[in-house]
Amino acid sequence: MAEAILELDQLDVSYEGVPAVRGLTLTIGRGETVGLIGPNGAGKSTTLHAIMGLVRPAGGDVRLSGRSIRGRPPEYVARAGIALVPEGRRIYPHLTVDENLRLGFAAARRRGDRSAVLKNLHELFPILGRYAKRLGGVLSGGEQQQLAIARALAAEPDVLLLDEPSLGLAPTVVDAVFERLAQIRERGVTTLLVEQRAQRTVAFADRTHALANGELRATFGPADASATDRLVAAYFG
Amino acid sequence: MLQTVINALALGSVYALMAVGIGLVFGVLRLVNFAYGQLIMAGAYALAIGSAHGWPEWASVLTCFGVVIGFSLLMELALFRPLRGASPATMLVATFAVAFLLQSIALLKFGSLVKSASIFPGLFDPIANGEFETVRKITVVAIVSAVCALVALTLLLARTTVGLHMRAASADFQTARALGVRANGVITLAVVISGFLAAVVSVILVVENPFVEPQFALRDTIIVLVGVVVGGLDRLWTATLGGFSIGVATSVFTDELSSAHSVYVDSFVFGLVILVLLARPEGLFAPLRARTVERA
Repeated sequence: MAEAILELDQLDVSYEGVPAVRGLTLTIGRGETVGLIGPNGAGKSTTLHAIMGLVRPAGGDVRLSGRSIRGRPPEYVARAGIALVPEGRRIYPHLTVDENLRLGFAAARRRGDRSAVLKNLHELFPILGRYAKRLGGVLSGGEQQQLAIARALAAEPDVLLLDEPSLGLAPTVVDAVFERLAQIRERGVTTLLVEQRAQRTVAFADRTHALANGELRATFGPADASATDRLVAAYFG
Repeated sequence: MLQTVINALALGSVYALMAVGIGLVFGVLRLVNFAYGQLIMAGAYALAIGSAHGWPEWASVLTCFGVVIGFSLLMELALFRPLRGASPATMLVATFAVAFLLQSIALLKFGSLVKSASIFPGLFDPIANGEFETVRKITVVAIVSAVCALVALTLLLARTTVGLHMRAASADFQTARALGVRANGVITLAVVISGFLAAVVSVILVVENPFVEPQFALRDTIIVLVGVVVGGLDRLWTATLGGFSIGVATSVFTDELSSAHSVYVDSFVFGLVILVLLARPEGLFAPLRARTVERA
């Protein structure tokens, strides 16, 4: 495995005493794409929220490049180099596409001219350049998803967290989103991808962890994408 | 007729300023600051103290701004920040407590009798003879001040990075923080701007009514709080329009009702508010919810 960039060490998260994530340990190497799959309520999104500082872990540790970021506020985590593409996109419908993108610069660690970063993002997501002055709320779901991913990449993060980027999208739009994710991977961005589409995620990621009831149940490699029985067992077993 | 329109615009402008002050803080903290009127009252007392000690008017105004912004920051540091994450009900009760605390301090310190705050008395003169005989200079100053403050605020919000961060934070605070927007910085700026606007309102109200007492601006604040709810609290511009509209309505009822019926002004205003809320419970100016259409 490449040099570890993000480590979860015996992570516990509870909501009002009810455990949502239990003793989760996993490591992501620089440049890797790691999947996290599991049924609803498995603790996938909670894991991302705990990494991002949106919920406070009850125990364990979260380390970025060896430094603990556990319990830090979300703006600190973002500025430390982790970007989240939240479930449901959460773009700002009353801000323009350009303004939504520029919000991503809030966590940027490099100061100075942003035009090169914007040019890069417009190359990756041409639609965002064309619709720069449109309100975010008038974009289609797939376009909004591209905007949410581009906004996260604007900060040039070390780690990109994606929370169900294909949720609620038409199948052809899902294909387009995964094509973009492949392009992002080619650029060397470390990614933790939370998804409900188990087979697709297993085939796409370098390795995929299955969560159930907040616990790590199994780990799959791309070759396991067609092992339907094992995937089903990891989900419901 | 002309005077009614100008008076309505003036009161609407002052209430719009108060609505912006309340709306800005609500945007980033999801908190209706019931102590906003007491900030205005504190500024009015600062002007009264300056006036009693014969300070130059600029020094009194500067003190007023310092006191109001200082109290605003104190509220943020001593109350809002420690209660960050508390339930909205807790925050609401806390601002009630601060409102009563400030009012009680004023009562203990200055007594229940009014203090006179003579500041810019020339602004109480009519702007001209003839048709404008009954229009006072302060009325025009109030409109111009409100327009200038709102234009400056609009430019800040629309043209600057910090303004963009404030707009994002007021629409979805959690997402803004996850994007790296500094929560405390944005909140502190909103509180300072809100305090600045409260100080502007203090000066305008004191020129219009130089008799300062512990309940100073209390009625105005209650009306504006209702106005921002009627306009729609979720967005700054709807809250501002709500404040402006209720100011206009209050002024029109005050001018049009005979003196025998003037005690019913608030009844008419709040009756209108009930009708509006029955027709548009989401807020008079709240846009219809936009729906995203999925396209392949």
